[in-house]
Amino acid sequence: MSLLKIRNLRVEFGSLAHPFPAVDGLDFDIDRGELVGIVGESGSGKSVTMMALMGLIDAPGRVTADELVFDGHDLLKLKPAQRRKIVGKDISMIFQDALTSLNPSYTVGFQIKESLKVHMGLRGAALEKRALELLELVEIPAAKSRLSAYPHQLSGGMNQRVMIAVAIACNPKLLIADEPTTALDVTIQAQIMDLLERLQKEHNMGLIMITHDLAVIAEMAKRICVMYAGQVVEQAPVADLFRAPRHPYTQALLEAIPEHSKGAHRLSALPGIVPGHYDRPKGCLLSPRCRYAQDKCSQERPALLDGVRCYYPLNAEGESTHG
Amino acid sequence: MFSFILRKLATVIPTFIGITLVAFALIRMIPGDPIEVMVGERKLDPVMHAAAMQRLGLDQPLHIQYFRYVKDLAQGDLGISLVTREPVTKEFLTLFPATVELAICALLFAVLVGLPAGMIAGLKRGSVFDHGVMGVSMTGFSMPIFWWGLILIMYFSVTLGWTPVSGRIDIEFDIAQRTGFLLIDSWLSGEEGAFKSAAMHLILPTIVLGTIPLAVIARMTRSSMLEVLREDYIRTARAKGLAPTRVVVVHALRNALIPVITVIGLQVGSLLGGAVLTETIYSWPGIGKWLVDSISRRDYPVVQAGILVSATIFIVVNLFVDILYGVVNPRIRSAK
Amino acid sequence: MTTQVQIADVVPSYPSPLKEFWQSFSHNKGAVVALFIFLSVIFCGVFAGWIAPHDPVEQYRDHMLTPPSWAEGGMSTYLLGTDELGRDILSRLIHGARISLFIAFMSVLMSLIPGMVLGLLAAFFPKGAGTVIMRVMDVMLALPGILLAICIITILGPGLINTMIAIAIGTLPSYTRLTRAAAMAEINKEYVTASRVAGAGALRLMFLTVLPNCMAPIIVNATLGFSSAILETAALGFLGLGVQPPTPEWGTMLSAARDYIERAPWVVTMPGVTILVTVLSINLMGDGLRDALDPKLKRAA
Repeated sequence: MSLLKIRNLRVEFGSLAHPFPAVDGLDFDIDRGELVGIVGESGSGKSVTMMALMGLIDAPGRVTADELVFDGHDLLKLKPAQRRKIVGKDISMIFQDALTSLNPSYTVGFQIKESLKVHMGLRGAALEKRALELLELVEIPAAKSRLSAYPHQLSGGMNQRVMIAVAIACNPKLLIADEPTTALDVTIQAQIMDLLERLQKEHNMGLIMITHDLAVIAEMAKRICVMYAGQVVEQAPVADLFRAPRHPYTQALLEAIPEHSKGAHRLSALPGIVPGHYDRPKGCLLSPRCRYAQDKCSQERPALLDGVRCYYPLNAEGESTHG
Repeated sequence: MFSFILRKLATVIPTFIGITLVAFALIRMIPGDPIEVMVGERKLDPVMHAAAMQRLGLDQPLHIQYFRYVKDLAQGDLGISLVTREPVTKEFLTLFPATVELAICALLFAVLVGLPAGMIAGLKRGSVFDHGVMGVSMTGFSMPIFWWGLILIMYFSVTLGWTPVSGRIDIEFDIAQRTGFLLIDSWLSGEEGAFKSAAMHLILPTIVLGTIPLAVIARMTRSSMLEVLREDYIRTARAKGLAPTRVVVVHALRNALIPVITVIGLQVGSLLGGAVLTETIYSWPGIGKWLVDSISRRDYPVVQAGILVSATIFIVVNLFVDILYGVVNPRIRSAK
Repeated sequence: MTTQVQIADVVPSYPSPLKEFWQSFSHNKGAVVALFIFLSVIFCGVFAGWIAPHDPVEQYRDHMLTPPSWAEGGMSTYLLGTDELGRDILSRLIHGARISLFIAFMSVLMSLIPGMVLGLLAAFFPKGAGTVIMRVMDVMLALPGILLAICIITILGPGLINTMIAIAIGTLPSYTRLTRAAAMAEINKEYVTASRVAGAGALRLMFLTVLPNCMAPIIVNATLGFSSAILETAALGFLGLGVQPPTPEWGTMLSAARDYIERAPWVVTMPGVTILVTVLSINLMGDGLRDALDPKLKRAA
């Protein structure tokens, strides 16, 4: 049984007359101990999906889904109080900018201990011990003195480790990492990624890694979901995705990695921009920018079939299969 | 921490010096012969004119005069009132507590009502309560407070007869001045009805003087709350599965109140200005009324002293607020 | 192999900036109503001579302290009644609009323009001129509004022009500070560096490059300044330090009215309500203005 099952998730913003679907019919699965990457540009809806899962989408956003089941719990049917018992304990999330995601008026120690107090009921010496343990687990040196530090006194990398400590405090079954390394230096990036990978393996957590950087995810993930304009356009095991991408968007993403343009005069880029509120196409959302677009593509929206959302998925040589 | 306070003090000193310069220059900028202005009489004969000039030290060069002025200030000498011929300092100390009592009550009123109102309005954005609070505060903010004072007298004192029209306490009471704060003194005196009388006399002036600070504090608290609720760390707090009450009380409140503290401190300026108007309407015997009366009576040493003292109070309070802000906001304290 | 890349023409229908501004502004119903009220006040001010039923200073000795037309003893010739000297209140209020608006407008202008210039200078030359300017502003700011105005009136004497000057001097430091803060935030941005590198001189940088981008908070503050100028004018008038009788300034009208609270309450309520409604409408408009300008700035950024 999968740990998380999402079917036809839809998150809308804006007026009821003219809504903007940030997430437009998304399906997703993940198992305990799996590491899945979600890749997409800004505006693809990757963060919004996870926020909807955590129950963090407020009015005027509207969340609907056919299925939204975590660990046997139907999240759509839970009352807020019940949901709060799961969120922060069995599912946790870490965010991109660690410094702004931590409360500047409280010490790091306080913020770590908070989850432990609320979800696990720890007090006194046990609380202190566990907090220290967590800081050591995330490889923060001089852990004891750091407990009384304020977020602005620590570096970006340290703050991110603190966030991870807060997130894994109650041994979650699923950890969502929303672009955890985007704001960090390259060397620190590697350290944080290693840390996340290690923690995931040690605790057998499901880990969803959201990023816009394919290179970062390539080494770690088992499976990758590519999102575009609020939909999953391709889902495949990592090796397959890189070796033979089937969706034109995935192909464009891979081509855009600078290393792939060695010897070329210009870097490869996909022309145009992601559709916004006012310019959503009637047919396939990529059709205005897709170099293989056919008439059918701009008339009807393709469904996700066999892991790819395209009428003419690319073949093993990277060529289009349209007639 | 200590160095932080010292640094703040250092920035204030030049401003204070500037104020003394302004107060010093004030009298000399009034049109007409400065001697006549300072002595308060017109057409002095040459002998008296020369004697006055020497007595007041006006034959000395300007910078000597200034030093003499500062020296007097340091000794607490604010000059002699032209109308009462009494030392200004003495009159000032008699009247000052009345204004302070009124100002403190008004500020308390503004904070105790405005702060919670603003907080709840921010939490329940767009609700009837929110619109109500914003409407009331907007109206309070747009009202000429001297008119508001008159309307309250008209309705509550004249028509309903609930509150007295003017003064600090009913005339029949003669309370010994121990602290200068009538509320405390009347309580201590034990005379029957004295405390109640003092309190009743305070109600209307407090409301009038406190209206604008209340409006400002309510708005500021609300917008601060709204801003804080948008911050990333609130999202993190919710992602931790914390109850909404906890998110607001523990995570949001602390950060939302920080800018409000500064605003509360800045209201002192509004209180000083408003005191002038409020005291005039309610014949409240404080320094505001004293200042206005002195201007029409051309009692310039009093005006000069009043300006200096008000500015000093304002600077001191702002300094205090700055320091308090540093204490409360860890980022400012440990930075630099 | 590589076919021509055709980007399909999906023409977005973005609304124009002015339309977008009006859309956000009109979303706030209160602000629109306020706008109408304010425009009516301006109308009264401009066409006072034609609209007012009577001369504002003419005293009708036979009809002193007449109640408003809807009350007992009221007359239809004096719609809002007469004051203690028999002058028609409605006409005085209408002419008073002209005076208040004039003083407010002039004082805002007189403090806004020097304030912006000084603020820009302080931002561009922080070490030299900047420190001097800000220190002077600090001293000026140490005196709260009314007190500073009282100070200046003491020196200059009461009257309409002096009221304007006093209020202008009082608000100068806040415009200076505001412009300086906004300019300093802009100076560090890359488009300014780009202009500088392209050879723009200091004057051009200050007024053409940086200033337009600081205008939003200045405009919002100016609306607030306008309404507080009206209140200050009234306060000074009330204290007898501002516009002098018989000139019909709303605050001045109230200072004599104090003695008539019991006998003739309309003499007190009418001018006050007028001030309240006028200032309230300006403040509501200012709020609507700020809401319409701010999110636009955020979107553009």
